[in-house]
Amino acid sequence: MERSDIMTTNESCVTAPVTKKVDVVIIGGGPAGMAAAVSAYKSGVTDILILERDERLGGILNQCIHQGFGLHKFKEELTGPEYAGRYIKEVLELGIPFKTGAMVTDVTADRIVTYKSEDEGEVSIVAGAVILAMGARERSRGQLNIPGTRPQGVYTAGTAQRYVNVKGYMPGRRIVILGSGDIGLIMARRMTLEGAKVMAVCELMPYSGGLARNIAQCLNDFDIPLLLSHTVTDIHGKKRITGVTISAVDGNRNPIPGTEQYIECDTLLLSCGLLPENELSKKAGVALSPVTGGAIVNDRRETSVPGIFSCGNVLHIHDLVDYVSDEGELCGIFASEFVKDNRGTNRPSEAVSSEAVKSDEASSEAVTSEAVKSEAVTYEEASSGAIAVVPEGIVRYSVPMTITQTARDVKIFFRVSRSASDVTVTAASGNEVLCSVRKKRVAPGEMENITIKADRLKTAAGEIRLFITEKEVS
Amino acid sequence: MADMTCIICPVGCSLTALKDENGVIKVTGNACPRGAKYAEAELTNPVRTLTDIVKLTNRDVMLSVKSNAPIPKSLLLEAAAILSTVNAAAPVKTGDVIVKDILGTGADIVATKDVD
Ligand SMILES: Cc1cc2nc3c(=O)[nH]c(=O)nc-3n(C[C@H](O)[C@H](O)[C@H](O)COP(=O)(O)OP(=O)(O)OC[C@H]3O[C@@H](n4cnc5c(N)ncnc54)[C@H](O)[C@@H]3O)c2cc1C
Ligand code: SF4
Repeated sequence: MERSDIMTTNESCVTAPVTKKVDVVIIGGGPAGMAAAVSAYKSGVTDILILERDERLGGILNQCIHQGFGLHKFKEELTGPEYAGRYIKEVLELGIPFKTGAMVTDVTADRIVTYKSEDEGEVSIVAGAVILAMGARERSRGQLNIPGTRPQGVYTAGTAQRYVNVKGYMPGRRIVILGSGDIGLIMARRMTLEGAKVMAVCELMPYSGGLARNIAQCLNDFDIPLLLSHTVTDIHGKKRITGVTISAVDGNRNPIPGTEQYIECDTLLLSCGLLPENELSKKAGVALSPVTGGAIVNDRRETSVPGIFSCGNVLHIHDLVDYVSDEGELCGIFASEFVKDNRGTNRPSEAVSSEAVKSDEASSEAVTSEAVKSEAVTYEEASSGAIAVVPEGIVRYSVPMTITQTARDVKIFFRVSRSASDVTVTAASGNEVLCSVRKKRVAPGEMENITIKADRLKTAAGEIRLFITEKEVS
Repeated sequence: MADMTCIICPVGCSLTALKDENGVIKVTGNACPRGAKYAEAELTNPVRTLTDIVKLTNRDVMLSVKSNAPIPKSLLLEAAAILSTVNAAAPVKTGDVIVKDILGTGADIVATKDVD
């Protein structure tokens, strides 16, 4: 092995010499990646490598020290580190190889994965199958449009969470939080328990994006005000933030003049949602959905590039880690099937398909609506004979986007664009209803799912429409 | 009468608890029996599980901890203040007791992660 070659290839874009072959390479050692690894192993493929850039496995769960994980999977309420610990234990017990401190810098359509680590330098591996499990990053202030100077003391809520819960460093003492998603609510309680004063949580929308239980136990328990239809309109302070101006907003989310209020604070936390982290996926030419920000996948969670799979927050943002683990398990099963079918033993050069190259073109402009169409076409070509799942009306998206087989039940996850009560969720193909379930309530903040049974799936003729009918108001 | 949100699971049912003339509490809005139990406790002795961190003297990461049973809601801030002065040392295993019987509640503060 030409080790010296590897060590001298630094910072350049040139792919390092390929030094090893691994059946299944998993990028990201969070709950999605670990579940995928365990299930690939249990499906009979043991030549696995998990690559994690952080010092330890566990992903975002390491900083989520609160309870609320695992009710579905373990039938008990665990903290984030405890939930991660269960999977870390399994990875260790099975002896699944993983490498921490390994930052993946490139993935190609022919499944060459390149990573950098302190001890090995730059290394490239040929993978039989690749599982993308890189998680999500937070929307940052740049996307928020807050005018004013940029003093210190403005953090995303997740960054602050990491500082406090992992490093033990308090960002400030008088806090204003913008955005009432779950991370913001959880941080309001955390900062309070650490002795800080949370002045207010401001939410632009007339409703909170967080779970009702979090409003109760994180805000109401500590008398922290939640100001709906409010936003931060100015940030004060030169070097360090000294305060913010908040204003009420009208129905079009525009600040209402005359409603300005000054709040003194030394810290502003921004909790404005997560975005799937797909920089690497783009490099591999994986087609992305402009709605989810994640890959377009079939029921095997395989992307538009054959042999590259995706699961967890990098595929679409989840609120429940239990579903992340389920999705990782599916990915592990199908990635190992791909490897066992010998599809994964192609020599790299043969594995580059024309479809993959085309999808690269589509994904590079994945923001326009034209691109959506061309992606869909590309994808159908890539998985010929697949049945498309088409979200309609208030169903915003579905995962998977296509179904490739009718031998197994398929669970379809989806989100809605607005809340509705007493609804019926239906999956239909032509005039045939494949599955229909009543739900008491659907809301944008909660991911829903329905399962189409294999025997019903067989009756599908062409695309499957997924739609919601609301109870008639009499 | 009291309106509240059940915090036992992510469904978050809206509960209403009514006390009749005999002092018997009647709960509505709960999708499962755990909600009724929660509402009763909220009216009599509201409790919460505390999750927090303590310093590890020999590592540069914090140790995440929780109370292994719910403690009275009114004691959360006091218990958290105590934990900010507590030190532990690695190695630690999930479930190791860090503080016994916090504030006389009968609940122990235990580690929620392994640090080698
Ligand atoms: C603040 C917060 C609170 C939450 N609360 C709850 C809750 O109460 N209950 C619940 O069920 N769920 C909750 N969730 C959701 C749940 O935790 C997440 O959906 C889940 O952790 C996502 O798992 P993941 O594996 O997809 O991503 P992550 O956990 O983010 O893991 C991705 C991993 O990939 C690694 N990685 C990324 N890029 C690279 C690269 N280039 N090279 C190498 N490694 C890389 C990252 O370092 C990370 O370790 C919460 C999430 C957050 C953020
Ligand atoms: S009543 Fe039952 S279902 Fe409703 S939130 Fe409480 S525990 Fe969950």
